[in-house]
Amino acid sequence: MKNVMEIKDFYFTYPKAPKPTLKNINLNIEENKITALIGPSGCGKSTLLRSLNRIQDLYPGNKYDGEILLKINDKMENILEYKKENKLIELRQRVGMIFQKPTPFPMSIFDNVAYGLKFAGIKSKSEIEGRVEKALQGAALWSEVKDRLKESALGMSGGQQQRLCIARAIAVEPEVLLFDEPTSALDPISTAAIEELVVELKERVSIAIVTHNMQQASRISDYTAFMYLGDLVEFGETEQIFLNPKEKQTEDYITGRFG
Amino acid sequence: MESVFKKLSLTSATLILLLLTSIFVVLFIYAKPAIDEFGLKFLTDPRWGVTVQVDTPKVDKQVATTEQVTDEMAQNDNLQTEDLLLDDSSDNSDSLLTDDEDGSTANTKEVYGGFVPIVGTVLSTILAMLFAVPIAMGIAVFLSEIAHPLLAKPVGVAIELLAAIPSIIYGMWGLFYFGPLVSKYVGGQSVSLLVAGLVLGVMIIPFMASLTRDSMNTTPAVLKESAYAMGATKFEVIKDVIFPYAKQGIIGSIILALGRALGETMAVAFVIGGVFTFPKVVTDPTVSIPVVLANSFAESSGMSMSALFYLAVVLFVLSFAVISFAKFYFLRNKNEIFNK
Repeated sequence: MKNVMEIKDFYFTYPKAPKPTLKNINLNIEENKITALIGPSGCGKSTLLRSLNRIQDLYPGNKYDGEILLKINDKMENILEYKKENKLIELRQRVGMIFQKPTPFPMSIFDNVAYGLKFAGIKSKSEIEGRVEKALQGAALWSEVKDRLKESALGMSGGQQQRLCIARAIAVEPEVLLFDEPTSALDPISTAAIEELVVELKERVSIAIVTHNMQQASRISDYTAFMYLGDLVEFGETEQIFLNPKEKQTEDYITGRFG
Repeated sequence: MESVFKKLSLTSATLILLLLTSIFVVLFIYAKPAIDEFGLKFLTDPRWGVTVQVDTPKVDKQVATTEQVTDEMAQNDNLQTEDLLLDDSSDNSDSLLTDDEDGSTANTKEVYGGFVPIVGTVLSTILAMLFAVPIAMGIAVFLSEIAHPLLAKPVGVAIELLAAIPSIIYGMWGLFYFGPLVSKYVGGQSVSLLVAGLVLGVMIIPFMASLTRDSMNTTPAVLKESAYAMGATKFEVIKDVIFPYAKQGIIGSIILALGRALGETMAVAFVIGGVFTFPKVVTDPTVSIPVVLANSFAESSGMSMSALFYLAVVLFVLSFAVISFAKFYFLRNKNEIFNK
């Protein structure tokens, strides 16, 4: 087993907060597997996910402790040590993110998918076209949009927009993809399509997904972490967590007794 | 209850339309004599309140009279200009009349043309926009995206307070401080088209900046985050996400500011010079429509009064056209976005 990310003794404190929101988190993201983070609202699972690409740094004053290691060229680097903007940009190209709501940019479908490529330094037009097509195929969207690439992305349906966001993220070929409740704004059919897509994607990337939907976690993930009030209560293989939880809190949560 | 409420709101809504049309109709009725007299030539005629001799069928030597008229026109223009420069509050057309009085008043008439104030209005507004738009955008970007919240708050409040300063204060500041400053470093007089444009610009900057900042702030955080998550820099997020997202609000704020600049009276009256001369360079003094209206109503009657109303109609149509063009342009863009 190989880890693409390792979270070690990680503490996170929001600006001016008296106590850390995340306490002593130890968790590994394994390569080409899906790791689900579950837990009731406010347990810190989104905060943890948002620390993995340092997107929370857009709002100044956060305090990090411990280590978050990312494998870069077979070496583990502590991403919490990154200070300069270009290091953070590089990090975010390696660790992509999909948000709760579809967030197409106000531009054409093609430009949306090509958006990250220009930051990755790809200039050749034919390469960009190839990468866009590949990404759209990877996101199971190509057949639906190939005739309207020049049209505004804002005209697509919610499910299509979310798959567009996935295409946009995989176009830059990241190592890790972070999904922050990616289906919470979608109908069941679009949700099924996204889930199927996430499972297909693990061939190519390692995935961490935050979800409120426990069925979703049990359907698609390989590993599950249960968090509660800023603590990582239990982490293990999904089957074990759902069928045979070691901790009482985990059992109570997944059987619906609280949360 | 329901129907009373419906009727009340319907009445309020119709009131606006009624007001709009009645204002236009009243302006038009008062302007009618001047419109009949000068027609559309009013828009391109640079003469204002100039007495000319008119050709009558009784005159035998037509060629000679025409020459005389042209001569006199030129002469009048010069006289009028000097007169205005010396003392722009005196009724120059009267003094000219007495100068040229030769007893045959039946053969003279006063000519009014709105070209100079129209050009003055348009040019001062364009100057103001050229100056204000980039600065206001810079302020808005800084306040909404770059400044630390601790700094953005007080500066934002200061901007809003600036927007609330009455325009006459901008005029006084322009006349006593800013005008001489411009004249010292750019040249020309301390009251000029340039000073008017810049003071107008300074006046609309806070207004435009605070509206633009507000519409930039409506960009959803998650949209910005997803651009950052793609590896975009702050500049790229502003350019590719925030500006396109807030585009409508930004252009809206520019147009509101434009409307304000077009109709601004007091600040401009102080610093534009108030003379009916066509500006050859931007540092020349000239006049704008609202300034003419404010300065000349007291001593006007008859045709000169009607000509002022004609100018008012022109200003009305000008502002109306600018704003409806912009609205129309927006609606079209909006449709483009939402109709796929």
